[in-house]
Amino acid sequence: MIRFILKRLTSAIPTLFVIVTVAFFLMRLAPGGPFSLERPLPPQILANLMAHYKLDQPLWAQYLDYLKGLMTGDLGPSYVYRDFTVDELLLQGLPVSIQLGLSALVLATLIGCALGTIAALRQNRPADYSVMAVALIGITIPNFVMAPVLTLLFAIHLGWLPAGGWGEGALVNKILPVFALALPQIAVIARLTRGSMIEVMRSNHIRTARAYGLPAHVVVGRALRGALLPVISYLGPAAAALLTGSVVIESIFGVPGIGRHFVQGALNRDYTLVMGTVVTVAVFVVLFNLIVDVLYAWLDPKVRLE
Amino acid sequence: MRHLALAAAILLGSTALAGAETVYHRGNTAEPETLDQHLTSTIYESNILRDLYEGLVIDGADGSVQPGVAESWAMSDDGLVYTFTLRNDAKWSNGDPVTASDFVFSYRRILDPATGAKYADVLYPIDGAEAYNKGEADAETLGVRAPDDLTVEITLANATPYFLQLLTHQTSLPVHPATVEADPENFTKPGTMVSNGPYALSEWVPNAHIKAEKNANFHDADSVAIDTVYYYPTEDRAAALRRFEAGELDSNNDGPVEQMTYMSERLGDQLRIAPYLGTYYYAINTSKPPFDDARVRKALSMVIDREFLASEIWGDTMVAGYSLVPPGIDNYGEPAYADYKDMSLLDREDSALEMMKDAGFGPDNPLEVDIRFNTSENHQKTATAIADMWKPLGVETTLTNSDTKTHYAILRDRGDFDVARAGWIGDYSDPQNFLFLLESENEGFNYARYENMEYDNLMKRAAATNDLDERAGILFQAEEIFSRDQPYIPLMYYGSISLVSDRLQGWEDNLRNVHPTRFMSVGE
Amino acid sequence: MSNATADAAIIPARDLEKGRSLWSDAMRRLRANKAAVAAIFTLALMALACVIGPMISPHPFDKVYQSYVKARPSLEPYPTAEQIQDDLERALRRARVTIDSFSVEGDTLAVTLSADEKIDPRMTRYIDRVDAFANARITGEENDGRILHIEADVARTLFLAGTDQNGRDLLTRILIGGRVSLAIGLLATFVALLIGVAWGAVAGYAGGRIDQLMMRFVDVLYSLPFIFFVIMLVVFFGRNFILMFIAVGAVEWLDMARIVRGQTLSIKRQEYVEAARALGVSQWHIIWRHIVPNALGPVVIYMTLLVPKVILLESFLSFLGLGVQEPMTSWGVLISEGARNIQDAPYLLIYPSIFLAITLLCLNFIGDGLRDALDPKDR
Repeated sequence: MIRFILKRLTSAIPTLFVIVTVAFFLMRLAPGGPFSLERPLPPQILANLMAHYKLDQPLWAQYLDYLKGLMTGDLGPSYVYRDFTVDELLLQGLPVSIQLGLSALVLATLIGCALGTIAALRQNRPADYSVMAVALIGITIPNFVMAPVLTLLFAIHLGWLPAGGWGEGALVNKILPVFALALPQIAVIARLTRGSMIEVMRSNHIRTARAYGLPAHVVVGRALRGALLPVISYLGPAAAALLTGSVVIESIFGVPGIGRHFVQGALNRDYTLVMGTVVTVAVFVVLFNLIVDVLYAWLDPKVRLE
Repeated sequence: MRHLALAAAILLGSTALAGAETVYHRGNTAEPETLDQHLTSTIYESNILRDLYEGLVIDGADGSVQPGVAESWAMSDDGLVYTFTLRNDAKWSNGDPVTASDFVFSYRRILDPATGAKYADVLYPIDGAEAYNKGEADAETLGVRAPDDLTVEITLANATPYFLQLLTHQTSLPVHPATVEADPENFTKPGTMVSNGPYALSEWVPNAHIKAEKNANFHDADSVAIDTVYYYPTEDRAAALRRFEAGELDSNNDGPVEQMTYMSERLGDQLRIAPYLGTYYYAINTSKPPFDDARVRKALSMVIDREFLASEIWGDTMVAGYSLVPPGIDNYGEPAYADYKDMSLLDREDSALEMMKDAGFGPDNPLEVDIRFNTSENHQKTATAIADMWKPLGVETTLTNSDTKTHYAILRDRGDFDVARAGWIGDYSDPQNFLFLLESENEGFNYARYENMEYDNLMKRAAATNDLDERAGILFQAEEIFSRDQPYIPLMYYGSISLVSDRLQGWEDNLRNVHPTRFMSVGE
Repeated sequence: MSNATADAAIIPARDLEKGRSLWSDAMRRLRANKAAVAAIFTLALMALACVIGPMISPHPFDKVYQSYVKARPSLEPYPTAEQIQDDLERALRRARVTIDSFSVEGDTLAVTLSADEKIDPRMTRYIDRVDAFANARITGEENDGRILHIEADVARTLFLAGTDQNGRDLLTRILIGGRVSLAIGLLATFVALLIGVAWGAVAGYAGGRIDQLMMRFVDVLYSLPFIFFVIMLVVFFGRNFILMFIAVGAVEWLDMARIVRGQTLSIKRQEYVEAARALGVSQWHIIWRHIVPNALGPVVIYMTLLVPKVILLESFLSFLGLGVQEPMTSWGVLISEGARNIQDAPYLLIYPSIFLAITLLCLNFIGDGLRDALDPKDR
């Protein structure tokens, strides 16, 4: 097991290298640069700026420079948020995104699995239909609609919760964003759990266990273990995405996470910031896929780690 | 991180106990790119910097030029030398006196090519500024001098009637030399920043808020009513409206245009719409046939029902525009409107059809036009409406959108386009700041690729003219050429939308949309 | 969700007798599933409405009714009585004439205008210009043309789902938008499904180094900045319907591949696969006959989740200049526009969302039916 994990972690290095290289050159193909603004800069001033950030050097030299920095953990200065380095921006925003993402992830997994299991056990009965109806709503309503609806209801009509803002990370400020983040995931997880739960409940070993008259919670527990496999495969990338923030939720609720850096950074052509977020996402993706593989082997003894 | 927040919360709690402090929650468009006044380029940065620093002159609550660190000034008869006398009680937030040499240091810093200041060219009217910024001359040649601690003398290259207004721009705000030299990378951070304005920076959480507290060392601290200001980056305007409705924001300097009906019904007086110093226009690629034909451009421009755009599409947050220079601007009279401004739409359509026919277009040979715009619902609605208005001319219109960076990259890099959406908000209230867009040498801004010697010459003559009335007359002639040739189709004059809570007093609507916190107060 | 699931579970023995092909057998069972058949029928109907609807709709999808910007959905035809007066006043405001009187009888409007000078007879064009009026004509004049009597037909128009921010009929736009959204939602999902299932099954079944290599490739694609990929496509190839599928297809198969691989890892150790292998069945045959059908459960569910994701993703592509372009539209674009008008004109959000929801509901039933039909345990 330890060997497997170590092996996978070493194999992550070439993966990260490929990602960094492709991303670095890909984004330079897009028109416009960090300093092409609506109000264009006079050529001399633009040249001053490019020289200041070494953007006037050949691309390969910039690339080598970037790799050198990356080795030492220096992700460079942000071209748009000029008072901060990318390291500072990520260090400030990542804890916020992880906090929200992790809460949403845990919430979604617990509620989603519970709802899915209930629906599977009560297949084609009212409980099943209502769970699946809720799931359908969760899937149909995109978060850019759900978030405003939640604020209108809970912040403006009822006045229970703030409509936005981070407020130093107070609990009340987190409730709506976490819920808005979790809702679509709850829906997906419930659907996946229900589907595979139904399948597993029909499988021979569960039928046998039932036939032996094992108590219901033992049977369900055992079935859930097998039913979780597809959920886990889904959760790997989903967790990586959740923990690295959501641009929609962050801009609607005014949450200082790193999610908006992906989109805003790209639209601003803030190359270093985008690279920083790419590296962050890549690390999370690699990490979570490793966790998924380990969980797989743990949940299903038939799966071997190779 | 968490501990810091906790510490801040405790601190906050204790100050709250100490006395009834007044807090102002201010929505401010977007996250500032920087709080280094010499590197900034945006309006939302200037809203914060205006509270943190005080220049030689400042913006009053009504947007007019008022004495700042300079209590008085004099201009030489030729309009080339300004002598400012500084007040002797101006202090930095750490207690140091504000001296004339601080200003000299600051001007040299922003114009130093190594600083990489985006807006350095705003100061090019100062003698020697352009040469120094281009690396052709030394800092000593810059026309900013300090004969003594309380006198700043600025020499200009040419007479510049809008010079005082230029000094209210954030690029003219001073920096504290000792702090900048000690920590050039971090002097804008809370705890390090030393400022000379009514407020001092105390917290900056990127994408969450910036907090500024009253600067006890400010010379006019007694008249500053609000103790603490929070600036929130409210990028999502609809979300900002909801936060405003929930009482979490006392003001926001923008609002969702899409929801005008709702806002005007629900917010009443709290919704403020004021004329703004800007023009929304379509640039026509005059280097590309058939758009090199002035008749085609004029025909396209004439048939646009600007009143419909302003009221139905933009919910009356814009005003129908028939000139490049918006009305109400300083140093100018009425702009040179297009000659069809007062014609009825039907007559305009008839004569546009004539012109199109003369240019060789008609039902058998329809003109094909592609409108490019940067993605935004309102730009799209505008383009859709204009495409519909061009239909009677037999024009077949397609629409192409792209993200903002791509859009402007195409306009600037001489990419291929027919008609493209653009807008211009004046940096200062002077017609030159609009008309210079179309000078043929102005590679960056002249999206239309318009070249007209006569126009260029008029602009040069205006720059060399000191008499304001005469200068206005010359600029008017230039705008008349613009209105005749229509390289840009002016569509609307911008309006500023603000949400201002009833609790907030002292917010005065003005053409420049500047609202310094020091003149405001928050009631219960 | 489907009653057939339970039925199918009771009758598996009967099917064992005949050695029917897996897929034709599945089709037969799908046809027996009433909920799934009804869903397929509804979806087909919806697709048909999207194809034919815009052609037979009284409103062309790009027709701008300047007088009806953001008209509320209504079963009553427009214009309303107050609107007639407003429209008339607005039309004649710039003509510098006074409206002495006006009346509406049936579908005919009668107006009397007066001015200090002779009124330009082209005045009727102002009235015609208003969407609510047509065929304006002068029926008489007095006082040397200083007073004009004008009649015009009142054109009654129905906007069942209201009009959008430009004054275009929302229902027609939803229908035309459905063409793009259904096409991209179903086709791109299908493409993602094919690539994802094949990739995941092969990676999982092969295992070892091949698996590692294939899955790391997925990781790389997953981490690359999608926006730049799209911007690059737009800049180098221009706007193109096919590119939209490429952009969507390139990213959306990744999760699918991961799920299938996960399932495969577990399935390939099952006894029946081991048995097939021992019997010398070819690897491709094993993947096709044993691995894929047994992994389909979660795949089908994930597919139904993918469709709305793709439909909404398309609106983001449109934001970047790929995707549909005005005056064309799509459900994704309509919904995201609606979301921006949520407080002002909620119907702009609700109506397109209903169409999307119905589509998803149908897909849900079809998905469940498909899964049951393909489930080898039920055979």
